[in-house]
Order: sequence, then C-alpha cells, then structure tokens
Amino acid sequence: MPGKLKVKIVAGRHLPVMDRASDLTDAFVEVKFGNTTFKTDVYLKSLNPQWNSEWFKFEVDDEDLQDEPLQITVLDHDTYSANDAIGKVYIDIDPLLYSEAATVISGWFPIYDTIHGIRGEINVIVKVDLFNDLNRFRQSSCGVKFFCTTSIPKCYRAVIIHGFVEELVVNEDPEYQWIDRIRTPRASNEARQRLISLMSGELQRKIGLKVLEMRGNAVVGYLQCFDLEGESGLVVRAIGTACTLDKLSSPAAFLPACNSPSKEMKEIPFNEDPNPNTHSSGPSTPLKNQTYSFSPSKSYSRQSSSSDTDLSLTPKTGMGSGSAGKEGGPFKALLRQQTQSALEQRGGSPHRFCKRREFPFFTLTAFPPGFLVHVGGVVSARSVKLLDRIHNPAFVGIMGNTRSYKLLDWNSFNADEPETRDAWWAEIRQEIKSHAKALGCHAVVGYSESTSICEEVCILSASGTAAVLNPRFLQDGTVEGCLEQRLEENLPVGCGFCHIPYDELNMPFPAHLTYCYNCRKQKVPDVLFTTIDLPTDAAVVGKGCLIQARLCRLKKKAQAEANATAISNLLPFMEYEVHTQLMNKLKLKGMNALFGLRIQITVGENMLMGLASATGVYLAALPTPGGIQIAGKTPNDGSYEQHISHMQKKINDTIAKNKELYEINPPEISEEVIGSPIPEPRQRSRLLRSQSESSDEVIELDLSHGKKDAFVLEIDDTDAMEDVHSLLTDVPPPSGFYSCNTEIMPGINNWTSEIQMFTSVRVIRLSSLNLTNQALNKNFNDLCENLLKSLYFKLRSMIPCCLCHVNFTVSLPEDELIQVTVTAVAITFDKNQALQTIKTHVEKSLQRASTDNEELLQFPLELCSDSLPPHPFPPAKEHLESASSNSGIPAAQRAVTVEKASPVAEGNFRNRSAPPCANSTVGVVKMTPLSFIPGAKITKYLGIINMFFIRETTSLREEGGVSGFLHAFIAEVFAMVRAHVAALGGNAVVSYIMKQCVFMENPNKNQAQCLINVSGDAVVFVRESDLEVISTQQPTANCQPLCTGGEVTT
Amino acid sequence: MTNELDIFVGNTTLIDEDVYRLWLDGYSVSDAVARRVRSGILEQTGATAAVLQSDTMDHYRTFHMLERLLHAPPKLLHQLIFQIPPSRQALLIERYYAFDEAFVREVLGKKLSKGTKKDLDDISTKTGITLKSCRRQFDNFKRVFKVVEEMRGSLVDNIQQHFLLSDRLSRDYAAIVFFANNRFETGKKKLQYLSFGDFAFCAELMIQNWTLGAVDSQVDDMDVDLDKEFLQDLKELKVLVADKDLLDLHKSLVCTALRGKLSVFSEMEANFKNLSRGLVNVAAKLIHNKDVRDLFVDLIEKFVEPCRSDHWPLNDVRLFLNQYSASVHSLDGFRHQTLWDRYMGTLRGCLLRLYHD
Repeated sequence: MPGKLKVKIVAGRHLPVMDRASDLTDAFVEVKFGNTTFKTDVYLKSLNPQWNSEWFKFEVDDEDLQDEPLQITVLDHDTYSANDAIGKVYIDIDPLLYSEAATVISGWFPIYDTIHGIRGEINVIVKVDLFNDLNRFRQSSCGVKFFCTTSIPKCYRAVIIHGFVEELVVNEDPEYQWIDRIRTPRASNEARQRLISLMSGELQRKIGLKVLEMRGNAVVGYLQCFDLEGESGLVVRAIGTACTLDKLSSPAAFLPACNSPSKEMKEIPFNEDPNPNTHSSGPSTPLKNQTYSFSPSKSYSRQSSSSDTDLSLTPKTGMGSGSAGKEGGPFKALLRQQTQSALEQRGGSPHRFCKRREFPFFTLTAFPPGFLVHVGGVVSARSVKLLDRIHNPAFVGIMGNTRSYKLLDWNSFNADEPETRDAWWAEIRQEIKSHAKALGCHAVVGYSESTSICEEVCILSASGTAAVLNPRFLQDGTVEGCLEQRLEENLPVGCGFCHIPYDELNMPFPAHLTYCYNCRKQKVPDVLFTTIDLPTDAAVVGKGCLIQARLCRLKKKAQAEANATAISNLLPFMEYEVHTQLMNKLKLKGMNALFGLRIQITVGENMLMGLASATGVYLAALPTPGGIQIAGKTPNDGSYEQHISHMQKKINDTIAKNKELYEINPPEISEEVIGSPIPEPRQRSRLLRSQSESSDEVIELDLSHGKKDAFVLEIDDTDAMEDVHSLLTDVPPPSGFYSCNTEIMPGINNWTSEIQMFTSVRVIRLSSLNLTNQALNKNFNDLCENLLKSLYFKLRSMIPCCLCHVNFTVSLPEDELIQVTVTAVAITFDKNQALQTIKTHVEKSLQRASTDNEELLQFPLELCSDSLPPHPFPPAKEHLESASSNSGIPAAQRAVTVEKASPVAEGNFRNRSAPPCANSTVGVVKMTPLSFIPGAKITKYLGIINMFFIRETTSLREEGGVSGFLHAFIAEVFAMVRAHVAALGGNAVVSYIMKQCVFMENPNKNQAQCLINVSGDAVVFVRESDLEVISTQQPTANCQPLCTGGEVTT
Repeated sequence: MTNELDIFVGNTTLIDEDVYRLWLDGYSVSDAVARRVRSGILEQTGATAAVLQSDTMDHYRTFHMLERLLHAPPKLLHQLIFQIPPSRQALLIERYYAFDEAFVREVLGKKLSKGTKKDLDDISTKTGITLKSCRRQFDNFKRVFKVVEEMRGSLVDNIQQHFLLSDRLSRDYAAIVFFANNRFETGKKKLQYLSFGDFAFCAELMIQNWTLGAVDSQVDDMDVDLDKEFLQDLKELKVLVADKDLLDLHKSLVCTALRGKLSVFSEMEANFKNLSRGLVNVAAKLIHNKDVRDLFVDLIEKFVEPCRSDHWPLNDVRLFLNQYSASVHSLDGFRHQTLWDRYMGTLRGCLLRLYHD
C-alpha cells in the first residue's frame, strides 16, 4: 500500500440549470479512483454549490497511481428518477508522483461532458502521500520524469543520454465493442476516454520501468500516439529518449549527484541492488528483441516495404554490396566502438546491451553543445500493412473467447497483440538503422514515428537524421568531462556538424563534396537535409523560411491486399516527387539546407497525400546553391522558346528576390581558397535524387542540358509545366512575417515576449468532377497557401513576428474531403534589433549564434556557473533560484490557484504567500509548441500534460454547423489544458502539440464527432526582467472596476 | 473546391475591434465583409476577399460564443474557455453595452416590455440602425433593468458591479433604468430637441435628491422610485402662488435683487407670476403618476418655452433661477424651506440643462 491519494471537493460554479422548474441544480459529486468511489453531500438549489467536502482518501498501489486517472463526476440529484450527469473531470495525478514537480493539484477545472461540452467548473484539491517501499518486484516506475520537450529541459543538465525507449499497448476500441450498440453515445465516449487514459498511464509506467532499468531518471522527447485502427483495435504507442538529468537550480543537490543519478528520485533507490532490476525486467517489459521472429504475414509486408524509399540518399541497391566496408572512416568506426563499449560497460545484462545496439535512436531535436558531431542526412522508412493481418487464424479463436472477458479486464489479454505491432515497428527501425549505417553514422537523431490509417490499410513511417554523436554523453560522465571534451576535440565551431561522416572515397551515393566554406579543412555536401533543429552554434547567413512540398496522387479504390499493393507502388513516386519539390523550392529560396524536415504521407480511400515541411536556411559552411535552369524539349519552336525564357526570367527574379527577402548575402570566397573544382552539374542534380530504383525519372532528369552551373529543370510535358508553375505560385509571407517549422528561426534572436499559439483547421470538399492529379494538386496547394494567407492576415497586429514550429497535419476523413490542421506559435520580435543584425557577416553571426546558445539553451551558461565554486553566483542565477524557491509563480498568475471564492483552498496552500489583492480574474496560462518562452526563464517543470477528449453532437446545426462545433471544442480543449496547468501551479505549457484531431461528420443526421489528443510540459516561468512584470500588471490595474466587481459576485 | 470547415482558435482569443463593431452594429457576415472591403483593408494587407470572409466568419463565431457570457459580464471574467486579457474583456463588455443615441432617445422612458420590443422594427426603420442592433440594445436595457430594479444600494454602483461597466456608462444606464421605471415622457415633439445627455443629467440630479435613497440608503429600489412622501409634501409649496401676498413679496424680492443685472429684466418682471405659478404647479401635481410622466413636457411648456420666446440668454436664466430659489428663504411666512430647496435645487439644475435650442 504505497500511496495515499487525498481529494477534497471544494465548490462549483456556473453549473448548468438542471431543474427547469426552479432554474437551479441540486448538485453532488462522485469521486472515483480505481474501484473506490466517494460521494459528497447534495448541495441543494444552487448553481454555485459550496460542498467543502472532507478529504476523501484512497489507499492505492503506486502502480495504480500511475495508470489510473482520478475521475470526478458532477451529478444532479433527482429524488424520483435517475440522477443526471452534468459532466466529468479526469485528473492525471502523475505529476504528483515525483518530487520536483507539483506537490498539490488545486484549482478550478472545467466540468466536461462529451455531448454538451464544458458545463461549469469545479474546485478540487488533490494530494498524494507516497510511502517508501522496497518491493523488489515492483511494477511501477514512479519518479521517472517525462518531458515532451525534444531537447534537454531548460533547468536540467544531462548527465547521460541513454537512448531510445519505446513501448506500445493494444486494446479493443470500446467504440467497436458489441456493448456499444446498446449504450448511449455518452457512455461510449466516456469508456473510450477512460480507456485511453488508462492505456497511456500504463504505457508511461512501462516506459518508466525501461528507463529505470537503463538507470536513467527521465524520458525526454516523449511522444505518445494513438492509432485508431477501428475494428482491429486501439494502439497506444510511445517513443522517447531515456536520460539521466540533474536539476540545475539546486547546486547542493548537484555536487554529489555526479555519481548517483538516482539522487533526484523521490523513492526509488534502484542503486541499492542491481539484481532485482534484472529480475523484474522479465515479467514487466516484453523483450523487444525476442519478438523479431517474422510472422507469416511478413512475406507480404516484405513486398510492401520494398516501397520504402530512401530520402536519406541511401541507395537501396548499394546497401547490400559491401556495406561493411564503407560504413565510415576509421575514426568514425572508433567512435562507434567507443559508444558501444561505453554502453557495454554500464549495461548489466547482455540483453540490455543488445537492445541498445538494436536502436541507437534519439527523439531529441536539439542537443547539448558538443553532443552532435556530424550529420549524415535524413533517413526514413515506410511500410504498408494490412490491419486485418492481426487476426491471423490462431488469434481469432482467442479473440472470440475473450471478447466479453476483455470488457472486464483488458489487461489480461493484450499481451499477445502488441507483438505484431512491435514486430512491424522493429522491422522499420531496423531499416532506419541500416540506412544510417550506410551513411557512416552510428546513431539517428530527431527520430519520430507516425502512422496513417484508412480502413484496413496502415502506412507506418519512421524518419530521423543519421548522425555521429559524441560518445562522452552516452556514458557516465561529469560535466567537467563534457567541457574537457569540447576543448580537446577542438571541433570547428559552427560547421562541424556539416562535415560528412561517410568516407569520401567510398560514398554511399553519388554526391558532390567541397571543402567546408567555413573551416576549409573538411568536406561538406552541397545540400543538407535533416529532421533536427538548427544547432544553436551553426553559422547561418540571413534568415530561414518555411518550405513545403505538397503532392496528391489518385489511387483506385481497392480492397485489402490489392489496395495495399497499389499504395506500395505509389509511395516511391510520391517520395521522389516530394523530394524534387523540396529541392526546387530550396533552390528557389537560394538556400542550401533543410532543418526539421517532416514528410507526412496520408492515405485515403481514393488518394494519397504527401506533405513535407521543413525550414530552409543558408548554412555558411555549405557552398552557394546554383540556380534553376529550365530546358525545353523542343528547342526549335520559337514561341515555346520564348515562353521558356520568360519562365526562366521569372525564376531568376524570384531567386534574386528571395535572396534579398531572406537577407542571404554570403561573403564572396575566391576559388583558390576553397581549392575545389566547380561542381559538375550532373552530380549536382543527382545528389538530390533518391536512388529508388522504381523511379524512372531519375535517369530522365539526369540528362543534363547545356547550362553547366545550374540545377536543370526539364519541361517536357504539361506535368512538368505545372510543377514549374506551382513553384512560382508560392507567395512569400507579407513583409514583417517570417515562418519556420523549427524551434527557432535562424537569423532572428531578439524575441519580445508576446506569443500567440493557435490551431487552425480547414476541410475542403473536392468536387468529384475534376478529380485529376493536377486538379487535386492545385486544390491541395491552394488549400495550404490560403490557410497560410489567412494566418498572416489574422496575426497582422503582431507584425513584426515569426510563425514558429508551424506544424501541418493532413488527413482524409472521407472520399472527397481533405482536412488540414495547423498548429503554430506567432512570436513578436524587435524590428530595430533585427535591422542591426542584418549587417553582421559570417564571423559576427558566429558570435551571435553562440550568444544565442546561452539564451536559448542556457546550457553553457549553467555549465560554467556550475563548474565554479558555488559561492559567487552570477546575479541572474540567484534571481532564478529565489524565484523558484518561492514556487516561482508571479502574483498575477497565482490568482488562479488561490481563488477568492474558496477560502479552504487558500488555507491549504502551504507556503505560498497570499497575493496582496486576489485578482479574481483567471490567470494567464501561455501555451507554445516551442520548448521555451521568449523573454522568460522556465524555473520548474511540473509534469507532462497528456489529454484525450471526445466531443460528439447530435445537434450540429444548432451548434453553428461543423465550424461552430469544432471551434467551440478546440477552445474547450485549450481551456482544459490551461486549467490543468494552472491547478498544478504552472503558468505555461511548452512543447505543446496537438497530436490528433480526428473529425467526423454526418450532416444528414445532424451529427458530428471529434477526437483530440494533446500533450505538452506544464511549467512555471518567470519573466526575465522586472520591467516586464510591471508592464503586465498595469492592465490589471486599469480595469479595477472589473476586478472588484468580480469579487462581489462570486 | 469549397471550404466545408474553416476555423482558427488562438490560445489568447483574437478580438478584432473593427469586426466587433460591425457585429455589434448587426451586420450580416456578407455585409460586414463588404464594409471591410470598402475600408481598404485588402489593399493595406494584400489579403484576398476569401481571406476576409474566413476571418470575419471566425470572429463572428467567437462573438456569438462570447455573447452568452456578455449577458452576465462577471461570468466573462471567471470563465475558462476564452483566454482574454483584462483590458480586452473590459473593451468587449463596454462596447457590448454601449448604445446609439438615436436608439436610446426612442425608447427612453418607455416601458421595457414585449410591446416596446415589437416596435423595434419601426425604430430600426426610423433610425437606420439594424434591427439586430436595436434588439441587442433593447435587451441590454431590459437586462440591466431587471437585475438592478429591486436592489438595495446605489443604482450606479449596482450596475457597475453586476455589469462591470465604466463609470460613464453605468451612469447612463442608471438614467435609462430610472426613466424606464418612472416612465417619463421624452418622445413628444417639443422634447425632440433634447439629447439623451440632457435627460441623463436630469435623471442623475433627481436620483440624488428626489428618490428614497436620497434620505435613506437602506431601502429597496431606493434609487429607482421617487420618494412618495416628498412628492406628497410638494403640495405645500402651492402657498407660494396661492397666497397673493407671498407671491408679490417673492416677486419684489427677486426684482429688487436682479434689477440692472438682467438684459431681459422687464420681460422677467412681466412674466414672473406666470413662471412662478408654472414651477410651483409642476411641483404640486407630482403626486399623480401621470403628471410625473409629463414632468419634462410641463417644464418645457411652463418655463423653457416662455423664456425662449422672450429670448432670455442662458446667463439670465441662471441668475433668475438662483435668485428665485434663494429669495424664498426671506419669505417669513413660508415654512417649507427644506422642501423648497430639495425641489428647487434639482429643478434649477434640470432647467438650466434643458434651456438650449
């Protein structure tokens, strides 16, 4: 009995009228955890009930604490009939389970009903008392911290970065259970919400166990996804990077922490005895490497996986032939060896070692300085699977028998099913790994996985960036070691990562290399694609911009295997074209590298959509890109020729304009200095091509035409014409706007504090008449472009600003519907300072980049101050500490948790000084997909936010149609996220992501349903300057009448 | 290709002041888009009409969702669904409760009932304000009226607390509530020259001096209803005109004091008895509800118009009224000095405000 959960229901407000006669409500609350339920008294006739309940105490296992959500149901008491439910609140108590996060959850939560939406609010206080427990067969992993952030969280220091952790759990989807036919939509939705909550709890716990086994104490870059497979079930899967983190702001804890990573954790002294660990690993974690036996269905999936094209520039054919020899130079091999041996040293069991070697993947996209040594390029793999394959004959029998049983206890059964999915993913990861190897890299960074499901076909995708890492970070080492490492390696700053990791003489693909334009010592490719963020120390010229490639392909409607085959056959063409588009657009922008590349292939009934987004930049280390040259096939036709030259002029103008727009004016470097020949055009154009055998165009396009110094685009038919046109239709953002899909915008570093996170959703209906590939492409292109235009217009008041972390998601909910969901954050910046920075050249930008580094990552700053004797603190740090010891919440924000109306809540706040004037307005909670908040310091991570909501309506028209319905729902989701963060004592969510937004409508029946899954890290931040604190308080003072008015009415 | 669904949701709710105004003014989405196009926003921003349409729809949807909360502004402050900075919340509320001068003049003093609501069509046609906007304004009046009608304490304070309006707007609403409750006639032709501001000024003076709240701050509807006892007592003032000696004495006191100071002295002297009779009779009649309603008509007929026809400058009116009120204190036979001051103090203020072209 290792934990006691305590819950107190304080009050409610703004409840809906449940009794028409009196226009009032007789509300009471049920508090449920696991199988225990408590009830409050009925508070008669009030829309603002004050229950002020006793503390309800649940004595539970910590395993349950991790898996189960606390379920609070508000009901209207009815003497004669059944009590009516008003709504529910699910509270994930995980943040209370580790010491550094929140200590209490207290605040107003929106009461949510899946049919009616938010109906009033309830004030709840939740606490957990954990008891130390030395049970050696533990199943729980309390104490492991989870972060969605894909970099080392701001107030932590990475002692070791262990590596990849993954897990998945499968269950039947309640929506497809037989009981769903007889229960209400509400009951069905709630069953689903609860199930997913349970599954993510279990998943997190299992991942936590793996982390403990690796002797880590945290998961960074945690990405959890749901696959709604319909009839065949519900998959919840997660990947992340296990780390051992040290908290920075507590120097006392830091000093001895070097050798004991367990220090941080509240109650898991896993150091004490290594044996139980290996012991417990048996039952609790399915052994990934044992599930590799390929199932019979593999023969099919083999075929489909042949469609995996290699954006990575890794030739499929080349891989088989002597790949061992060309894995990399001796130095690299050494590095790799080091890594492995380092892992070996630490690893207890051979099993763990195997697993590590299995997948040296990292979900991080930004790294501590010195961690990333070289970057090879993007590696990706896709595979088409049939979901009905899960029901192989042996299985069906079990399914039939256990169906009803599963309703009661789903845990008992699903152990069988994940293996299929595990095998699928393992296969893909294996492929990624071999691609990386072919690039001479031992690791994959910026790694992510995704699926697209349509009916019974599922495309699994994985991508990442092949890289060579500094092994020092992967083993037990101290900060000093890292610093030393940096000095001793003496890597050229700002260009090291661009240097090729593969062997020049034995290149895995034909590429053109030159000497690095920065250090002139090492070779670099002429174009670099990656899935990671721009390293903070990278030398960049000018600004970056969002580059998208968009593509549709019609596909015949088909069933099962025929369908899967059709998709498999289309995939390589799609990938190839997406790649070409990206390349062309990059050239058009006058840039030479892509960061944050994310290619999404979505499958629908009768089409495939491809959307690639990335941030283009000009890396100073890479050569200047050549232009784009157009060549026609029929040179004798005069008018045609004229047309071509007209187009050519347009393209040249666009390139020149873009160079000006993005301030790309690299310093001239004379040829002798570089000492490398002008690149041959043939190689140049080839470099961009994926070597997929199936794409005939490669050969066709390889025929070079006349002009030797440029990238040649050949216009031989209308298709190609379209392509060129589409290149030119991309309108640059209006002046004052920049956009990127990475964390930081290259070239802008003077952010001001205003941020606006938003989600925009558009669905278009295609008229079935004009369904040709071109029309489809145009529609899709217009959809995306118009969406961006709308965003620019809406956010015009924030100019000058930058849209960061622009994340497009495409789905095909029905035959003729295309849905695009965009989440991004607009951040304002200081124009004047920006103008100054324009003048900076490479040398200066280098300098600037390194100061950036400190601002954004805080890493070197903290490193330095930590290595000093702890006495003379830099003032900034002192400020930071005092703030965090005060729980770090500014008075204005604290108002959320300490509400006027609930004196009890106030009383229970232990050390927090009551705000001088409890401003009864709701405190501001910022949300951002970035890992930082401009102009502010994150002082505390309160825990992961991972929420899943379903909303359904049977009165679609009355709720304002599909737009009204979804608008309200998304606003409600934001509200619930903010409320949870505020209740944890936080004032922001960072690394926020809307992972899923599944929308289905049936206008004829006046119905619609939507599922949304969001996640992020709840944090406490403090503004960097006191000045800003004052300015934010001013508006509050201005509306004095408002505030006082509010207090009276509560 | 048609947009089936098109939404934008910000963590901080975006409020476009211009679109909000168009929405408040009751324009349909297409009218609003047309107006925005005419404002030249497309040229300024380089946006397309489609973008504008989508943007306008988004804002309208947001406002529609906010409207429910705006009906009880404190809810807007406490709700969690829309994150809106306090200054923006104040703006939303203030603008929502703002009203058009033309509209308020039409309904001021009318009963805020279903019957009046039916007349909104006519008002809309007459004033050129959209019916939707008329409805909003009317509903606002009615809502505020219902909430504060039977409430204790200062009318202005109550309105401010329950609707979080600015001081200025709360005072205006107090006047509207006060007029609606007492049903003062404001629509007659001869009253047309008066602005809402004129009436609101008078209402404030009356609330301060003539209501129950002026003597006792602990009664219900203290600021809304006139002090019945006071109205009853006003009969006593009749002696000022009924008693011939008193009237003569009063006149001579005023004339002596003002001789040489008024440009219209002779007119004043000639009209004194008429004017005095008019003012005192208005007071004496206020016991009847019907005469209360006609208060402003009477004041115009009995005082403002006679003076205006003789071309009294405003300053002379002021001098006269000051002297007229003050001289009563020197009338030995008159015992209702306090009553007189309570009546005349307010009336003097009102008359001066009402005396303009």
